[in-house]
Amino acid sequence: MTTQTRQERAERSSRPSRPEVRVVPPPAQLADDLVLDIRELSVQYGYGENAVQALKGVSLQLGRGEILGLAGESGCGKSTLAYAATRLLPPPGVITGGEVHFRAVDGQEHELLSLSDNELRAVRWSDLAIVFQGAMNSLNPVYRISRQILDAIQVHRPTWSSKQRQDRAKELMQLVGIPAERLRAFPHQLSGGMRQRVMIAMALALEPQILIMDEPTTALDVVMQRQIVEQIVQLRDRMGFSVIFITHDVSLLIEIADRIAIMYAGEIIEQGPAEELYRRPRHPYTRGLLKSFPPLKGPKTELTGIPGSPPDLANLPTGCKFHPRCPFAMEKCVTVEPVLQISPAKPEPGRTVACWLHEDEALLPQELAR
Amino acid sequence: MDDPQPLWVQYWNYIGRILRGDFGLSFTYYPTPVSEVIAQALPWTIGLVGIATLLSFIIGTSVGVLAGWRRGSWIDGVLPVATFFSAVPYFWLGLIAIMIFAVWIPIFPASGGYAWGAIPGFNIEFMGSVLYYGILPAVTIILSSVAGWILGMRNMMVTVSSEDFVTVAHAKGLKERTVMVGYAARNAVLPQISGFALALGFIVGGTLVTEIVFSYPGIGFVLFQAVNAKDYPLMQAIFLVITIAVLVANLLADVLYVVLDPRTRQD
Repeated sequence: MTTQTRQERAERSSRPSRPEVRVVPPPAQLADDLVLDIRELSVQYGYGENAVQALKGVSLQLGRGEILGLAGESGCGKSTLAYAATRLLPPPGVITGGEVHFRAVDGQEHELLSLSDNELRAVRWSDLAIVFQGAMNSLNPVYRISRQILDAIQVHRPTWSSKQRQDRAKELMQLVGIPAERLRAFPHQLSGGMRQRVMIAMALALEPQILIMDEPTTALDVVMQRQIVEQIVQLRDRMGFSVIFITHDVSLLIEIADRIAIMYAGEIIEQGPAEELYRRPRHPYTRGLLKSFPPLKGPKTELTGIPGSPPDLANLPTGCKFHPRCPFAMEKCVTVEPVLQISPAKPEPGRTVACWLHEDEALLPQELAR
Repeated sequence: MDDPQPLWVQYWNYIGRILRGDFGLSFTYYPTPVSEVIAQALPWTIGLVGIATLLSFIIGTSVGVLAGWRRGSWIDGVLPVATFFSAVPYFWLGLIAIMIFAVWIPIFPASGGYAWGAIPGFNIEFMGSVLYYGILPAVTIILSSVAGWILGMRNMMVTVSSEDFVTVAHAKGLKERTVMVGYAARNAVLPQISGFALALGFIVGGTLVTEIVFSYPGIGFVLFQAVNAKDYPLMQAIFLVITIAVLVANLLADVLYVVLDPRTRQD
């Protein structure tokens, strides 16, 4: 795989369509405040001619203690990114290139994609835990809750006594607001919200540094959603882990995320601090996404949404993947692929956007220039 | 034999005697009581076919776990071979086995349940003889039935392996063996259990061909003889035993299912 990765990288750097990369390449060592650095991660589903490129060289950094929101329409590759970065991608998904650097709390660095299976197992859950989409199916139906929490602890903390493990499990249940005696329950005896909280409790069992949450609230009603989201923020403040929060619900992200990355057709097209991205979207797609739900306060605005439907990954448009749906598409957008970079027209620290409109201030429509 | 009482009274009396375990006298083995004939034959059948069925289930399910867990590995190659043996008519498989391993290469006996010289009882000589005589019929039973277990378990493993809780188990960093056995196979085996219970029920009734081909002194062989001799008391008793066996097996399956699947419990 490494040789393939190198080849890919060589091809990528020699590609003529990307002449003016203004992004400073990330340093070989992780910056001190980063816990996770995903570099140029590519994933395809299937092999040979039928292969579908689900992720195209996605780079993403996660700071210590940060909540990073990852948003986009269904099928844009947000879950694939989470699965690929943790090497949980189910077949026929294949990682075709890239690196995922992880820095443990003791300063040790691991490249997750090149770890051996045993090394990877050691990192999983104790450093990097995941809460999956399906709260309903994430628990083994034939084991009690306690057993499923305890087996994770036992594998990673073999020196703990049985009493210590039990106490930890009880503590975790209280942490997420479920009475400790529910540890004896089987999954089918709990409600959906409780199951999702159990999953969160389980994910926090070993005090991981990174918590990846893949649409953790999608299957729940809004009241439950709010409770869980608030709980996550509280726990983060208390325990200081970093979160990658994946959802298609941008309104939810604006509330909890520190930083948001927007994905479209397997690429990140815009990222920046949550508040700024919400107030002043720079990419036409982000703007469309934000316009797809009503603000609760302030004057009435018309919901415009985004015309068209998400692109078929097997048959992507040329140039900018968004151009067929973009109200501002130009000739260049059809032929040349834009690069994720700090906007030349509106440079702001910490914000990047992949859109040709930002090449020149004169091209930039007023809506995207605020 | 000639009873002057009306038929329904005779029938009533028969039912009453059955409850006391008295099935009358066998015609074929006259004047041995039917219950004695059955009591002699039943252990042979349950011993041979019961153990063979259990082994077949265990082997088939284990191979199915591995085949479903690592799809596309060499283990998948076992499947066509096993399916071939289950597609072959069983009597023919038995005859070929006898021809090869008892006639051409005489390493196993061709028929019977134990050696002529052995004295029935709990002595090593007799037990060893029973084991030796049982190998060939048991192997043919396993060969002809193992494919079903492999196929069923493999397919369930494939289905369960894509469940979220298996991915979660991987993400938890559990050992691959733990995930395979405790999370995937533990759930995939549940439908197998119902199949196994049904198979258990047919142990007593479904061994006719095996026992005829191998002249094995079990219940199937006795039934065959009873049918030939129009031995009604014996036939009726055997049918009753078969029915009870199926019912008991089903009850056992229900109990086992409750133990294995907490969702079927009521508390």
